[in-house]
Formats: sequence, C-alpha cells, structure tokens
Amino acid sequence: MADIEKEAANKETVIDAHNISKVYNPDTIPVYAVNNVHLHLLKGEFTALVGPSGSGKTTLLNLIGGLDKPDSGNIYINGVDITQLSSGELIDFRLKNIGFVFQSFNLIPVLTAKENVEFIMLLQGANQSQRDIRIKQLFSQIQLEDKLDARPAQLSGGQQQRVAVARALASMPRFVLADEPTANLDSQSASNLLDIMAKLNEEEGITFLFSTHDQRVIDRARRVIRLVDGKIVSDSAAVATEHA
Amino acid sequence: MWLVKLSWKNIWRNKNRSMITIAAIFFAVILSVVTSSLQDGIFNNLVRNIVSFYTGYAQVHKKGYWDEQVLDNSFRASPQVARTILKNSNITAVTPRLESFALISSGDVTKGGLVVGIDPEKENDITLLKRKLVQGRYLSDKDRSVLIAQGLADRLKLMINDTVVLIGQGYHGAMAAGKYPVSGIVKFGSPDLNERVLFMPISTATDLYGADGMATTYILSVRDIAKLQSTASSVRSSLGADYETMTWEQIMPEVEQHIKADTNSMKYIQGILYLLICFGIFGTLLMVMVERKYEMGMLIAIGMKKGRLVVLLMFESMFTVLIGCILGILVSIPIVYYLNKYPLRIGGETAKAYEKFGFEAVFPTSTDPSNFITQGLIVMGVGLILSLYPIYKIIRLDPVTAMKH
Repeated sequence: MADIEKEAANKETVIDAHNISKVYNPDTIPVYAVNNVHLHLLKGEFTALVGPSGSGKTTLLNLIGGLDKPDSGNIYINGVDITQLSSGELIDFRLKNIGFVFQSFNLIPVLTAKENVEFIMLLQGANQSQRDIRIKQLFSQIQLEDKLDARPAQLSGGQQQRVAVARALASMPRFVLADEPTANLDSQSASNLLDIMAKLNEEEGITFLFSTHDQRVIDRARRVIRLVDGKIVSDSAAVATEHA
Repeated sequence: MWLVKLSWKNIWRNKNRSMITIAAIFFAVILSVVTSSLQDGIFNNLVRNIVSFYTGYAQVHKKGYWDEQVLDNSFRASPQVARTILKNSNITAVTPRLESFALISSGDVTKGGLVVGIDPEKENDITLLKRKLVQGRYLSDKDRSVLIAQGLADRLKLMINDTVVLIGQGYHGAMAAGKYPVSGIVKFGSPDLNERVLFMPISTATDLYGADGMATTYILSVRDIAKLQSTASSVRSSLGADYETMTWEQIMPEVEQHIKADTNSMKYIQGILYLLICFGIFGTLLMVMVERKYEMGMLIAIGMKKGRLVVLLMFESMFTVLIGCILGILVSIPIVYYLNKYPLRIGGETAKAYEKFGFEAVFPTSTDPSNFITQGLIVMGVGLILSLYPIYKIIRLDPVTAMKH
C-alpha cells in the first residue's frame, strides 16, 4: 500500500474534479447527468470511463474537457480551475492542454491526413519546421507514413481514427479525452488503434481518458471507472489502493 | 494564409451548394446590371431625344428672358459671348437663335407660329435639324427662304417653293413683315412643334425683326451630360449677372419629374430583385450552417477560436460572392454592349405613341462602366451583409449542443 501511495504521490495530477454536478431541466424535472462526482487522474493514466447509455459518461467528458460547465463543483486541470474560465479562455485552454478524439473521427474532409494533423499546430502558431518534425513523428507513431496526402475519404475508419489520435496529440496536450473511440471501428481496426494508444501511453506517458462500452477497451485500460446515473459506482484505482 | 486556403477548399467541398450560391449571385448581377443599364439607357435616350427636339442641353438668355419671352429681352450675339461660353471644356458647340412669334400666312389661311432664326450648320450640329427634313432642302447661311414644320405646312397648304408671308412685331415695337419661299419641310414628333414652328437663317430673322446682331438664345451642347450642372454653373458665373443659364431640366421640369418618377418605380423593381437575391443567398447560407454545424462545434471543441472561424466563413462568403459577381459582370458586359448596339425595339401601339412624340421606340442600354461597378458592389454588399448571419450563429454556437446534432 505504501508503494502505491508513494507512486501516486510522485505522479503529477492532471485532472482533479471536486463535487461536480450537471443537472438538466433544473426547474421542471431535474435530471442529474453527473451527480456529485469526484475524479482524480494522474499523469500517464490509461483510464476507461464505463457505464450504460445515459449514465453520464459523455457529459463528464464534456465537463472535464471544458466543453460544458458544471452546475456545481470545480475542475482543476494542472492546477487551473477551468470552471472559472470564460468561453474564449476555455477554447485557448483546450487548444493547449487537451486532445480530443471523437467517435466519428471528425476529420476535416477537404484536408489531407497531414493537413488535418497540421491544422491544430497552425492554430497554435507553430512554425513550419516544428510542424514538419511533429508530423513526421506522429505519423510514424500511428503507422500511417504512407498516407500523409490521403484525404479522409480515401482512408479506412481505423486509419481515420488513427489520424484523429495524431491530431489530438499534435498540440502536445496534457491529456487526451476520447469519446467512444472504437465504437465505429471493426475489431481489427479497434485493436490496432488500442495498440497505438497503449504504446503512446506506455512509451510517452500520455494520459488517456476514454468513455467506452467496448469490452476490448475496458480490458486494455489500467483503470476503469464505472458510472451509473451520473455517479461513480466503482473505480478500479480505489479498489487497487484498498486491496494493497 | 492557411485560413484562406482552407476557405477556398471548403467552398468546393459541396460543389452543388456552392454552384447554387454562385449561380444566384451570377444571375442577380446580370439582371441588376442589365436592368440598371437599360434604365439609364432609356432615360439618356429620352433626354437625347428631347434635347435634339429643340432645347439643347442648356440655354443662355438675357437675364429675365425666360419669364418674359419677347424680342426686347434679346441680347447682342457677339462672338465674345460665344467664346466665353466655349471656354468651358465640357461645351462642344454653341449656336445662337432669334425666336419670336408671328402670324404666318399663305393664301387666305393665317396661323400664329414660332419663327426661329438659326445658324443652319451649327443648329444641325446640336439639334440634328437636317435629319427632320422630309421634303426639299436644308437651309444655308445666306438663304432668304424658310423651313416649315409639316403640320403647319399642311394647315397653310404650303408646298416646296411656295411663298409664305410673315407679319409680327419687331425689335423695340417695330413692324416685322416679309415673304419667303419655302425651301424645305421638317417633321417633328412633338405635335406642339410640328403645328407651329418655322425656321429661317438668323441673318434673315434679324432683318425681319429689325434686330440686327441680336439673339434671344444660345443653345449649348455638352460632352459629358453628368457634368451638366457644374458646366451650367461655370457658364453662369463666367457670363455674369446680365445673362441666365438654364439646363434642360429647368427648361422642361415636367420631363425631369417624369424621369424621377420612373427612376423611383425602377428602384422598387430593383428592390424586389435584390430581395430575391437575398433569399437565394440566404437559403444557401442556411444550408451551410445546418450542414456544417457539427463540424463547427468540433472545430471550437478542439481549440479553434470563434474569431478564426468567423474569418474562415467570411473568406468563404467573400470568395463565393466575388466569383458570382465577377462572372456576372463579365457575362453582363457583352449583353449590355449587344443591347446597346442592337437595342430593344417595341412595336405596335406603344411604338406609335412614342413616334407621335418624336421618339423612336428603341431602348438601348447604357454602357456606362459605373453601372457594372455599382451593381456588382451592391450585390457583393448584399452577399457580405447576409454572411453576417452565419457569423452571428457562430458567435452563439455552443460546441456541445452543435455536436449533439
């Protein structure tokens, strides 16, 4: 127990959410999409957020990603309380700190794979040489060096999602939020994607937080947080700590 | 620069939608340019017709002549006055007239009429009088003969070489009387002129009226009609207080009012046209917003500032509107020039009505470049103003809501 606590204490906290709640229809029939959730994520974690449909996974990801604001509670990302940021500041914060991977890839169809990844770096104002180095590195990591100039429509679903992962990592974010990243992929593509993400997590210490229904993702996750009716009902990290 | 490139690529991601928008703008520009050129052409033609009728673009009289049009209000037609007028670079020609009333008689028929002493060649340069000749020959400077309007000739039963007798009041109350052979018959569209006007060389007229070296009017022709007002002001100030300078609008205010009324009704028609353009462009912009709402939400989610997204869409709108406008202008140029060279012609009763008033029922377009530029800019302005709608939607866009759809 002492070793795990010591390891945790040595790791940098990336996400620290306290008592966050999100209520829909507060004046009529209140629905708690997220209900008094506490979440603490350390750098390098590979975490799956699981639960049935409507359990609040996407809402919780949106809150952590600064896309939505909680009705109560605070969310600290690397020590910054994002609930206090204006919408303009949040956009800037997301660009610098958070990578997003969406269920339906959401690549810009008129841009090539390389341009889609480069897009984020252009938003950040990176210069040409910085962009070239990073693109080379990322496409090597996602094993799509030969698809740099392919348009999204010329790529398979799995390849598109790998490009989406590269785009999420292009800005060198603090962590990556992935909403059902394998939901639209066949088994082989999903497996390849998970291999790549796991490798990035292990070798580069990139923090991933997924929402998923996919047992393959759950099996690969090192930490699983189960959400039901907006509440965390189990957290494998907490169990591990208790058992230790 | 990358935003410009991205916006250009975005235009062509949905070719059909972009082509519909570009086509809406393209046809709008063509319609508005042709309508506006036709309107200008019709009015210019109308003015030209009226001016060539009789009045000229502007006239110079002795101060007070217009209020009391009598020979005693004539002035000495010295070459110096003409030279002063011609000093203005916009004035291309000046011709003197001596106008007065007389009883015009032939056999046992007598009628009151307007006797106009003219410089035959210079008059023709300005009012194209020779073109109105339907019988006989045109006047020369030294002629002691007259040109008579067809309606008046018919009333007096006059033929070429017949003699007409004129009796009237001359300069300073003198008696004016003379008899002259008819050398030609001219036809005017205006029934008023056609029934009562008679032309003779100005030297003959000054002899008749005992007004040696005098004139009642200087008729002015101008190079650029658009500068008519400033030209008139300049002539007014250079001639001083002894003379009055009037433009055709002041001489015939009813024609100017008619043009203004017609221009206003044309503005309503153009307003409806612009409204249709607005619907066309707005419809496609709505399609863009619905179609790309999710993507815009996603772009904001991954860190694209709304300001940049606004710029991106502005570029897209600008490119689309610009392409439509440029193509529209390019295509409208040959159309307008063709309709200028081969004007629309109206037949039937309308043509007869026009001809009755001395106008050919032809409607040439104006090739004034300002029509192309103005209409192009208006449509471009409309397009860009409408593109504020997507900008408004983006400013209010919530990425979570957008990405739910």
